Formats: sequence, structure tokens, C-alpha cells
Amino acid sequence: MIDVTAPPGTPPAKARNRVLKQNRRHVPVLATLALLIIMYAVGVANYRGFSDTQVVLNIFVDNAFLLVVAAGMTFVILTGGIDLSVGAVVALTTTVAATLLHAGWSAAVVLPLVLLMGTVLGLGMGAVIHFFQVEPFIATLAGMFLARGIALLINRNSIPITDGFWTAMAEERIRFGPGVFISTSVVISLVVVLIGAYVLAYTRFGRTVYAIGGSADSALLMGLPVGRTRIAVYTLSGFCSALGGVLYSFYMSSGYSLNAQGMELDAIAAVVIGGVLLTGGSGYLFGTVLGVLVLGLIQTIITFQGTLSSWWTRIVVGVLLFAFIVLQRAVTRRSR
Amino acid sequence: MNFVRHRLFWPAAILVALLASNIFFSSGFFSITVHDGHLYGSIIDILRRSAPLILVGIGMTLVIATGGIDLSVGSVMAISGALACLLIGDLDNQNSVIGVLLACAAGIVLSLVLGIWNGTLVASIGIQPIIATLILMVAGRGIAQLITDGQILNVTSAPYKVIGAGYTIALPVSVLIAAGMVAIAVVLTRRTALGLLIEAVGGSPTASRLAGIQARRLTIMVYVFSAICAGIAGLIYSSNVSSADSNAAGNLIELDAILAVVIGGTRLTGGRFSLAGTVLGAVLIETLNVTTVSIGIPVETTLLFKAIVVIVLCLVQSAAFRAKVLRRPSRVGASA
Amino acid sequence: MGSRPPVLEMTGIRKVFPGVTALDDVDFRLLPGEVHALMGENGAGKSTLIKVLTGVYGTDGGEIRLGDTSVLFGSPLQAQQAGISTVYQEVNLCTNLSVAENIFIGREPRSLGRIRWAEMRRRAVELLARLDLTLDVSAPLSTYSLAIQQMVAIARAIDIDAKVLILDEPTSSLDASEVAQLFAVMRRLKDAGVAILFVSHFLDQVYEVADRMTVLRNGRLIGEYRTADLPQMQLVARMIGKDLEALEELESQPRSSARELERGPLIAKAVGLGRAGGIAPFDMEIHAGEVVGLAGLLGSGRTEMARLFFGADRADTGHLEIDGKPLVLRSPRTAMAHGIGFSSENRRTEGVVAELSVRENIILALQAARGWTRPIARRRQDELVDKYVKALNIRPADPDMPVRNLSGGNQQKVLLARWLITEPRLLIIDEPTRGIDVGAKAEIQRIVAELADGGTAVLFVSAELDEVLRLSHKIEVLRDRRLVEELDNTDDVDADRVMRTIAGGVAS
Repeated sequence: MIDVTAPPGTPPAKARNRVLKQNRRHVPVLATLALLIIMYAVGVANYRGFSDTQVVLNIFVDNAFLLVVAAGMTFVILTGGIDLSVGAVVALTTTVAATLLHAGWSAAVVLPLVLLMGTVLGLGMGAVIHFFQVEPFIATLAGMFLARGIALLINRNSIPITDGFWTAMAEERIRFGPGVFISTSVVISLVVVLIGAYVLAYTRFGRTVYAIGGSADSALLMGLPVGRTRIAVYTLSGFCSALGGVLYSFYMSSGYSLNAQGMELDAIAAVVIGGVLLTGGSGYLFGTVLGVLVLGLIQTIITFQGTLSSWWTRIVVGVLLFAFIVLQRAVTRRSR
Repeated sequence: MNFVRHRLFWPAAILVALLASNIFFSSGFFSITVHDGHLYGSIIDILRRSAPLILVGIGMTLVIATGGIDLSVGSVMAISGALACLLIGDLDNQNSVIGVLLACAAGIVLSLVLGIWNGTLVASIGIQPIIATLILMVAGRGIAQLITDGQILNVTSAPYKVIGAGYTIALPVSVLIAAGMVAIAVVLTRRTALGLLIEAVGGSPTASRLAGIQARRLTIMVYVFSAICAGIAGLIYSSNVSSADSNAAGNLIELDAILAVVIGGTRLTGGRFSLAGTVLGAVLIETLNVTTVSIGIPVETTLLFKAIVVIVLCLVQSAAFRAKVLRRPSRVGASA
Repeated sequence: MGSRPPVLEMTGIRKVFPGVTALDDVDFRLLPGEVHALMGENGAGKSTLIKVLTGVYGTDGGEIRLGDTSVLFGSPLQAQQAGISTVYQEVNLCTNLSVAENIFIGREPRSLGRIRWAEMRRRAVELLARLDLTLDVSAPLSTYSLAIQQMVAIARAIDIDAKVLILDEPTSSLDASEVAQLFAVMRRLKDAGVAILFVSHFLDQVYEVADRMTVLRNGRLIGEYRTADLPQMQLVARMIGKDLEALEELESQPRSSARELERGPLIAKAVGLGRAGGIAPFDMEIHAGEVVGLAGLLGSGRTEMARLFFGADRADTGHLEIDGKPLVLRSPRTAMAHGIGFSSENRRTEGVVAELSVRENIILALQAARGWTRPIARRRQDELVDKYVKALNIRPADPDMPVRNLSGGNQQKVLLARWLITEPRLLIIDEPTRGIDVGAKAEIQRIVAELADGGTAVLFVSAELDEVLRLSHKIEVLRDRRLVEELDNTDDVDADRVMRTIAGGVAS
């Protein structure tokens, strides 16, 4: 009989190393947080009125739809996939909603209908990706063409929305004090984020999402429902895009088939800057919120600056994307 | 039978069908007339409009053949056009041929630098192509706007106008430029060993390494070539409209280019590529655009057609789809 | 022990992949409370058998009975639910998740759908304690060594009330004390009535822990034995074996030792060359005109050794001397520049480029060496390709056919042709005859012999001892990732002699 002794206690050097390694996964999120704080501090130091609470709240108000869309994208990217269709689905949602409302349909019918439409589109893309093993990039590209094409077919012009419910939702302000308020969209987007974060952290579905991103083959051999989960994340992203589209139509009070061009890029950028690994398996929804805030803050600073032109937003976002992708690369390479 | 099974049979058949259908809507579709020694007619017009897409498409073909993808082509088009227009606008005499040539050269050189950037990110830092080129895709339009100071730069340069809208030896200059670049690409890949090495790297990176192929240098080369092609396409586009519009130039062209490559029979996973196929694909896409106009349906609906084409092509290329739906054993399946 | 009814019985299992029969009429029985070793060389069908059993692959014939019921699992999940847990060769866990999650994911303790993390961590700690492990269960698995990851995989497997536990090469990444720890756990599980299927290429370990063993070779069942009844030497003989038909075919060929070896100048010399986890530092010399054979079981380090000579992997100790000059191989390119060629054991993934034609595959290495600006003229290509298609008898003799349409043997010949046209001074050939038919095998052996006669140095790796004995002038015997003996292939060296060294039974 072999003498089985308890393994020697982990040497302290190894333990320290492990703590470092463990913290390394938080590096991107912490970097984003630090960036956000620095940017805010720079804003406060340089521009008058930047420290108003409403400046921060406006970032949420102006980006509520992006937050919802990016939340859906976070799920997809965590599995190691990508969803290029989100901007087009937002546009389709606003167009369909505006058209139906214009035709006199009740908001109580239109709202669930457009949400269902986005969800079904997502489901379809997920099914194609899973069953036919088409690359997510291509399947959602087709979805993007399809959604944008249908939207353009329905109406090429901007359609104003005058429905009572829609205008109420658009104009309703939740006030915390004089001049300090948020819109209903902000509440909805935060609820979505909270639910999403809960699902990711505390449900079997959420953990399976991470497992697939870590290694889909392993997940399959561990007996996890890989196919079902993969279809579900694209369905979820479809739903989030549709909901984002509804919020967008609140925000714009209109529907337009050319809305949200390039929103998929903003959503992906927010997710990446928020520290989610593009290869999947690591990151938090909280990080995505930070990512959206960074994008919003860049715009705010450029607006406050006055002399800087709007295109700097894109360049700065590109630079940040580069920095965070290289950072991710360094982090994953070293932890291997 | 053999001829039906040729890789390019179906795209060619669709192209012929599309062209033929135009006869019913405009009887003079196929007539080519000669004015001032220049050829005019719908066919010539389609070719002229296809030129930028052909250019971007052949660059994309080589990138895809190595197993990569280049999302930044649209941004590169915008940057190159912007720089050329800026320099021409600064000329004392906008009609100076040498000045215009230098401006164009500057645009192309800048594109080359951008190609080195993409190639380095992919080949040396080892970032996934889709992500690496996403950075320039996002930042590139900002850079273009930075160059033009956010304006649409108009130029009134006769020599510059020639590139996109002029004629020489009876044919549009843009078509000749595109044909020239196709010829260069064909010679580069098929008269040297470049094509073989690219196909080997795309087909099996490991086997290629063990056969002594230096994938890194090849990879940087194809991204540079793709960027140069995009840069020239950007010159043609901006010359045609006599201005640099940082938002409109090359908008969504990366998707059309990928589509042209796929229609042309090059697989997105890399390996065997067909430049002729891509040219055919690009012409097919432009014919589709022209046909929808001549039939009288809104031009935006071509997006729907493209969606359908992408879906059908991807499904047909998907081994899983063939196995599940067509129930035809794939001819490829010899590898266990 | 034999009187108890088997917990698992597989009869007449057949599994065919396009072009190759991986399992042919294989029977396998597993008794409750035993450790049963599944033995065989590369390509014997061990992994396939396990994958068929656990529902990763379907079968093309035969029956699987679990207890009294006939079963056929459609997925690993179904197999798990029926009580068959597997720990695969490469740790199949998600290293981005925490230790606790890796043990419990898919079966997390929940209330109202909410995962109870605290409960999960507590149970993980308990379960790992059964394996004498104390880990930070909330740390990501990637922060632990492969050995610990392996233990976590086992913890996951035993938590699923397993009747059958399959351990596929669980010890390949463990050190001695970890192996002892693992075996203690296996014995404990065995005593609890779990039937354990154990795959390992370490013979000592098999003899230490296994009660019975089943030997497979080339997808066929060789026999089922009690460990106590089968001496180590006989086991090796049965695993390596002699394919009778093959032998008849090859008998006509002269053995290299019979040929006069005119040992040419020293081409390559390894000085303390080694790579952690691959092969311990070794010294070796290869002369022009000499065939050096590498013999050893699967996992003994023979492939790893061959790859170091080509720079396919980077050595982390020692160096190579070519023509007496030290050389650091940073990439295969450097090796090629010094006249070294390498044909990988993984023909399909590391050898041919499947969609390219025969012609393109053959000229690939030569073209890569010349660079893209100097293409080989079409006429010259035709000459070279025709010559080697004829000389190596590549079928079908159509240079423009995609290589994927060729059989394994012909693909191998294409690979050989690729290197032959570069006129290498040292050619490394790893397992060229695996999984190919007897005729092609004989032809490849003939080519190797001719090559050496022509003055090329050849480093020849094969799992088949006969082949190594027949072709080599010198045999390097490897065991457990270490070069243990160098034998000049004289007449008194025979299979028995080499096998004894491989089995480690005899000090030489």
C-alpha cells in the first residue's frame, strides 16, 4: 500500500503568484474604472459645470439604448461569438414600431410585437450558427442585411411617432431634485443590466455561457447544453437589440430605417473596453456598463471642450480599443 | 455536366439571368454606343460602378485566402480619398497633373502604412484578424474626418476627375485601373509562387510552418496589398464625386467585398482562392444594384437580396447543412 | 473476481471512419470493483473505444450493455447520467471557471434556480479533501498546474455517482508523488465498488494498479488478461506485435544490419538537447548514409526527440551541431537551410495541405526554401513531380488531384516526395507507415533503405519494432521521455532484446 500523505502546503511564492494571476483577470476592468475616474477628474478640473450630477446622469440618458444593446452583446461575446446585426435590428424595430403606431395600432400590441420580432430574428441566427455551423460573423452579417433590408423596404423615410404611450415614455422624467433627473429608459436599461448580471452570476445558463467561452469542446464533454445555450445567447441579443430599438424610438420619437448605423461597433467597443475578452469566457456585465460610460464620457468631454470636433470620438475609441485589445492579449498570454 | 459543376457556374448563371432580365425593363440595355470615341451603355456603366468593389474585393480575396479578414477597407478608402483631396485642394493649380499624381501617390502610401499596421497586429502581435482590423475600421473614419477637418472637401481638378469619371482608349479609366490591379494581382500570385504559399498557409498553417513557409511576412504582405487596393478604390470614389466625404466613402463596402469573395467561391476559412471569381462576384453585386433600379424597386431592397445570397451561399458551403438537409454525402469528407 | 457479472460489456464493436476501420469486432468487459487497463499502441483504437462507449461517437456495429440493459449513448451527457464518467487525456475542463465550478457545473446546488455558491464551495472543499487536496476553490482553474487540474477533473467525475470511471492517460502530466496520490484514490474508489477503466502508457504504473487488462492492436482485440498472469515482456510483445501478413510481404527485404554500412561523415550531433515535458536531455550522433531508428512506446518521447532535430519545437537545453558547428534552431526554416527535412507523424494536420494538389504539395517545401519570388518553372515542376510520382509509385498518378482524395499511404508518399526533392542531407521521418496498407508500407521501407544507401542520413521513428530493426543501423531506445540505450543493430540484437529495454525489465 502506498503511503498517501497530504500534499505539502502550497509554497508561499506559488500562493502569491496565484493571487497575482487571479487578480490579473480583473486588470482590464480595473483599468477601465481607473480610466473613467481620470477622465471624469480631467473633465471636472477643466470645464465649468462638469461636476453637475446631471452631467453624469445625462450620459445614462443619452446611452440607455446602447447599454441595453451592449448587455446583449456581452452575453454573445462571452461565449466567444459576435453579433453584427444589433444596429440593424434596432433600426428595424424603430421602423416597424413607428409604422404600426402610425397606422393606428395600439402600443399595447406594438410593443410586445416588436420585441418578439427581434427575439425571433436572434433565434433564427442562433439556430443557423448552431445547427449549420456557420460562423457567427457571417450568420449575423446576413441578419444585418436582412433586418436593414426589411426596414428600408418598409419605409425609407423617418416616421414620427405621436402615440400617447410612446410620448409619455419619452417625456417622463424621474426627478431626484431640481434639475437632477433620469428618463424611464435609464430605469429600463438598468433593470436589464441588473437582471443580466444576476443571470450571468447566479444561474446555470449564465455559468454555461462562461464555460462555452472558456472552451466549447470541454463544455460539451462536461455534459453542458452547449447548443441550446449558444442559440439562447443570440436570441437574448436579438431581444436586447429590439428593446434597445424601443428605447431608441423613445429617445428619437421617430422610427427611421437608417437609424443606429454602426451601433454594432459601439456595442462591441463598449464590451471590449469594459474588459470582456473577445475570445470569450472572461468579463463582467458591470465592465460593459463602464465601457458604455467611457464612450459616453468621451462624447461629453468633446462637447464640453467645444473646439474639439466630433470625429475625435472615433479616434479616441479606436485608440482605446487598441489599448484594451493589446492589454487583453498580454493578460491572457501571461496567465497561460 | 462538368461545366455545371464548375465552381463559378452558379454565380455566372445568376449574372446572366440578371442581365437578361433587364431586357424586359429597358430594351436598350445591351446596346453600347460610341460618343466622342467613348463607349457608353448600361454594361459599361455597370463595369464602371463595379471598379471600386473589384479593387477592394481582390485585396480581400488574398486576405481571406490566408485565413484572415480585413474589416478596415472602407475606412482606408475614406482616408486615402481624404488625403488626396486635401493635397489637391492645397495646390496652387488644381489642374497640375504632377500635383494630382503626387496627391494620389500620397494617398496610396498612407494606405500602405495602414496595411502594415493591420498586418503587424495580425501577424506579429497575433490578434485575431477580425478584431485587429476592427480597430482601424472604427478609428479610420475619425482619421479621415480629421484630415478633412470634418468637411466634405470639394475639388475642381480636371486631372483628378479623370481617375473616376474619365475615359481613355474608349473605356472608363476606373475600369482600366481596376483591370490593371487585377492583372497585377494575378501576375503576383500566379506567375510567382505567392499564390501557392498563400493557399498553403490558409489551408493548413501548421503544415505550412513545417514545410518552412514564413507565414508572418506573407500575412503582412496581403494586408498591405488589401490596403493599397482599398486606397486606390478610395481615390476612384472620391474622384468620381469630386470630393472627399469621410462618411459615405466605402460605407459598408467591407461587407460587399466579403460577399463578392464568397460568391466567387473562395472559402472564408482560407485556402484556395479565385480572383476571377471575386471579380465575377463584384460585377454580380453591382448588376444587382443596377437591376433593382431599372426594375423600379427601391435600391435599398438589394440589401434583402444580399441577405438571401449570403444565407444561401453559407448554407450551401456548410458541411453540416449539406449533411442534415441535402442528405448528400459531401465529396470532401475523406479526412477522419 | 471472474464470477461477478460485468457492470459493463461491449461485444463486437465496430467503428469505421472514411478510409480506415478504427475498431473491428472488439469485445470488452469491465467488472465491478476492478481497475482494468486498456493497452495498445498509437492507433490501436483505445481512444476510439472510449469515445464509442461514452457517446462521443456512434457505432457501426456491436452492442454495449450496462448491467442488464442494452445502451447506446447519444452524447457524453447521457453516458454521465447513466453513471459512466470520463476524465479525458487532455484535461477537458474550462480553465476560466473556478475550481468549484469545474467540479459542479451542470449540477450546481441550487434553490429556485439560483446557484448557491457558498454551498457549492463547501461541497467542493469536502470532495477535494477526499482526494487529499486543499485548494482555493474559488480561484480560476487556470491558476493551478496541470496535475491539480487532472485531480479536479477526477473530483468532478467521482461526484457524479459513477458506476464506471474512465481515466484516459490521467498520469501523463503527474509527478511521482501525484501519481501515488491518484492511485490511492483509485484504490479507494475500487473498494467502494467503482469499476475503473485506466489507460496509461507507463507500464510500471499499469502493473502497479491494474487488476486486469485488455490489449488492442490495429483496431482488433488481442486478448484479455489478468495482470498477474501476463509478464511485462509478453505484454509489450502483444502490444507491438507482428502483423503476419505484413511480415510475409516484408520478409523479402534485407535487413540493414546485413548491408554494409559505409558510415559517412558526421552530419548532426545533439549535445544535451532536451525540452521540458518532452524529452530529457540526450546526446546523439547521426552520420551520412546511416539510418538511426527511434524505438519506444507511445509517449516515450520519440516524436518529441525527432521534432527537436528540425526545430519544430524549440529545445530549452543543449544544442545541435551540424557539420561540427553549433546551431540554434529557431524555426524549421533554419533546419531546412542546413539540409534537414521532417515528415510529421500527423499526416493530415501537420503534413499535407489537403485541398492543394499532389503537385503543389510535392513542391511546397522546395518552393518555400526558394522564396516566393523565385517560382519553380512549370516544366521543372512537371519533371520533378513526374519523377517522384513514378519512383514512389503514387496512386492515382494524377499530379493535379487534390491530395485529400488520396489514401493515407499515398499521402505519406507525397510527403516523402516533398522532402526528397529538397535533397536533404538528414531526413527525419516520424511514423511514416502508421495506418497505411501493407504494400505501401513495404514501398516506404524500400525508399528509406535506398535513401540511406545514397548517402542521406535518416532518423526513422516507428511504433513497429520490426520495421525499426529491419531498417536501422543504430537503434535509440526511449522510455518515459528519456533516451535509455543506444544499440548498434548487429545480428545479436533482436526484437526481444529491444523489447526488454523498452519494458525496462532488464538492466543493460
